[in-house]
Amino acid sequence: MIYSQTRPFPPWYFLVPGIAVGAGVLLPLVYLIVRAFGAEVAELIQIVFRARTVHLLGNTLLLVVGVVGTGILLAAPLAWITARTDLKGKRIFTLLGVLPLAIPGYVMAYALLGLSGPYGTFASLFGPSFPNLQGYWGALIALSFYTFPYFFLNLRTTLLGLDPAIEESAYSLGSGAREVFFRAILPQLRPALYAGGLLVGLHVLGDFGVVSLMRYETFSFALYTQYTAAYDRIYAAWLALMLLTLTGSLLYLEGRLLRGTKFHRTGTGVSHQASPISLGIWRIPAYVYLCVLTLACVVAPIVTISFWTLKGVDGSYMQDFLQALSGSLLVSTPAAFITAAFAVPLAYLGVRYSSSICRTLERGAYIGYATPPLAFALALIFFFRGIPGVYQTIWILIYAYTIHFLAEAIGPVRSALYQASPRLEEAARSLGYRPFKAFLKATFPLLRSGVTVSIAFVFLATMKELPLTFLLSPAGYETLAVNVWSYTTEAMFAEGARYALAIVLCSALFVGLLLMRGVKKTYSYAEAPT
Amino acid sequence: MLRYLAGILCLCLTVGTVGATDHKELVVYSGRSKGLVHPIIKQFEKETGITVKVRYGNTAQLAVALLEEGEKSPADLFWAQDAGALGAVSKQGLFQALPESVLSNVPEGFRNGEGTWIATSGRARVLAYAPERVAAEELPNSVFDLTDAKWKGRVGWAPQNASFQAFVTAMRVLEGEEKTGKWLRDMKANGAKRYPKNTPIIRGLASGEIDLGLPNHYYLMRFKKSDSGFPVEQTFFGTGDAGNLVNVAGIGILRSSSHADEVSSFVEYLLSPKVQQFFISEVFEYPVIDAVIPSEKLLPPDELLKLRPDINLEKLDDLEGTLKLLREADIL
Repeated sequence: MIYSQTRPFPPWYFLVPGIAVGAGVLLPLVYLIVRAFGAEVAELIQIVFRARTVHLLGNTLLLVVGVVGTGILLAAPLAWITARTDLKGKRIFTLLGVLPLAIPGYVMAYALLGLSGPYGTFASLFGPSFPNLQGYWGALIALSFYTFPYFFLNLRTTLLGLDPAIEESAYSLGSGAREVFFRAILPQLRPALYAGGLLVGLHVLGDFGVVSLMRYETFSFALYTQYTAAYDRIYAAWLALMLLTLTGSLLYLEGRLLRGTKFHRTGTGVSHQASPISLGIWRIPAYVYLCVLTLACVVAPIVTISFWTLKGVDGSYMQDFLQALSGSLLVSTPAAFITAAFAVPLAYLGVRYSSSICRTLERGAYIGYATPPLAFALALIFFFRGIPGVYQTIWILIYAYTIHFLAEAIGPVRSALYQASPRLEEAARSLGYRPFKAFLKATFPLLRSGVTVSIAFVFLATMKELPLTFLLSPAGYETLAVNVWSYTTEAMFAEGARYALAIVLCSALFVGLLLMRGVKKTYSYAEAPT
Repeated sequence: MLRYLAGILCLCLTVGTVGATDHKELVVYSGRSKGLVHPIIKQFEKETGITVKVRYGNTAQLAVALLEEGEKSPADLFWAQDAGALGAVSKQGLFQALPESVLSNVPEGFRNGEGTWIATSGRARVLAYAPERVAAEELPNSVFDLTDAKWKGRVGWAPQNASFQAFVTAMRVLEGEEKTGKWLRDMKANGAKRYPKNTPIIRGLASGEIDLGLPNHYYLMRFKKSDSGFPVEQTFFGTGDAGNLVNVAGIGILRSSSHADEVSSFVEYLLSPKVQQFFISEVFEYPVIDAVIPSEKLLPPDELLKLRPDINLEKLDDLEGTLKLLREADIL
């Protein structure tokens, strides 16, 4: 019945991209292992295997749990409101709900720090001050505020594609609303929750900018100290490998949780789009929630950044600004599309083929994401140094972005794939289409909203990326993010602010264009049968 | 979708070809931020006609990248934020000796013994304080007084910052391992608050998190430039105190460079009175040559030289020992 049984081996056009990615992920691993072998036992014990490392691991896990939990709480109502209700202005709120991703983590931290406390922006605008954000809670808030869209978009994609027949059956069997949610809807949201959780979790594991500014010590703190304070590549490699082991266990856990799940329609008949729920009087709390969320996560940081520009703008270096702008767009745009193009075959392998090789290839993408970017960049330097036409070109930068951010692109495609029935493709093939054509005709259109979100994720991530850009871009090549960092690190916030605003604006435009297209598409599908 | 992809790939190909590097330019890895040095680079390009391509980044990360690139580095020059990073690259033999014409520009204390790197400006460690909560006469005379119970939980520092670590290295050289280790442990026990770098220390002082801080001297001046009422002040410790260390930003020529004339003229340009004057008035750093007009905001160089601890900057390259001490005190 399911053709993976008759065709246990995936076709080459899925397997080749998968293996290419697998190889790309292996390079940094090989590099880290090569470096790790240079270690001496006594030093290793002194630097890596000590009580403090365990303490930092504990801190890191606490933060991961906190940020994932807060992210779900922030994102779930937003996803449900924008996907399933008739609330006016939900398109705008969809866009606003993605925008926090456009704010670089350290800028978010600076903004929150600048906002809070007795000398903060909030106090100087309104008088009363709220306490300084710092430590665990500061890190938790800053990280959740800009990572919750990973949950939001993954959940929204799933909710849009949810077959309402299941809920209807549940209601018709006499279940109450609560039971329907826990037994019919929630289980179907699992792939989206896991995909979002994995991304956010790995992001927190690797974050250095926010936790260091909030003065909360996590594992990556030890890693960066080793690289940047000791110019050491050997013991840092051990720490990076420890981090990857931790990632490996998270991946294993997620894989176990998702094993054997199928959410596509198996019965006969055609699925239909759920009709939007009318909120009635509940509209008011919904608006309040949306406004508070937008104020806290989008408006407040952007106003703070704008406030910096007011403290002294000059029109000089317009040319530099435009150069940085085009520099950012010219790597982020191709990287976003190429990464999404790789995400489709990988997600397909992971969802449709149960063999362990296919699953491993898909999981490999997450290893690429979890490899600390600094180690990743050093690995590429190690392998490609001095090769003309490759080293320090925009190609190697796009390549690095693709491998590193692939994990962000896989989740949404995978969530969409779980809902697309393999039978459609089988039907297309029985009608005489060759397998690849059948995939393009029958399955790919159903993945469109997932792919759109993937492109958006990667674009947003690469627009603000720093460590890879620093070390791998051609000399003299500048991006907006590099400028933001260059100025803010010297406390020249006024000069850095316009670059930060440009990142947010470009991201809003790009994601706006993508999502609006996506929204129109889903509407037209829904309206088509009538 | 596929059509889009094809279009973007074509666009990308064009850009890649156009962007391919022409090997007649100078490539500088700069740990000094764009905000500080960009005007100088632009001016150099204009005056000499030499194109300078700059890779801006974090000093330490660039140093690690240089170590990884080794002989195959495309860089001609490494302009670093502190002496430690220059020492790390120099130790691996990746720098070539600077020409005598360049070295003779600066006093001996502002270059290393082998003549592989040279200082371009000076940066002092200071004591910053919040005048609203600490009166000037209460201020401690030595960095060692900060372990006093009076300052419990009121001091901010940045232990993972390169400048701070250089200061600890200086303290080890001046006062010995034991006294330094004890100071670190006592500071920690006295509730010193940890910041990732200098800027947040200044912000922490303004927002009331801390009352005293140990940053570099020029950050506060930048805050004051845009906000003259900024509620933080700074001063030095007593004469010769380790807390007054004057570290440098400096530059070295990489062995992989094949542009001997251009690199020398770049380094000489940085040491010219004009550029040194720029460092004083715009970046608020101390000059390394004499022929400059002093600034009101900075101490005259001879007064600074009296206040600073007497230490050879080359001795600051024993970072390993400092990190070990910081680890033993459970600070890193």
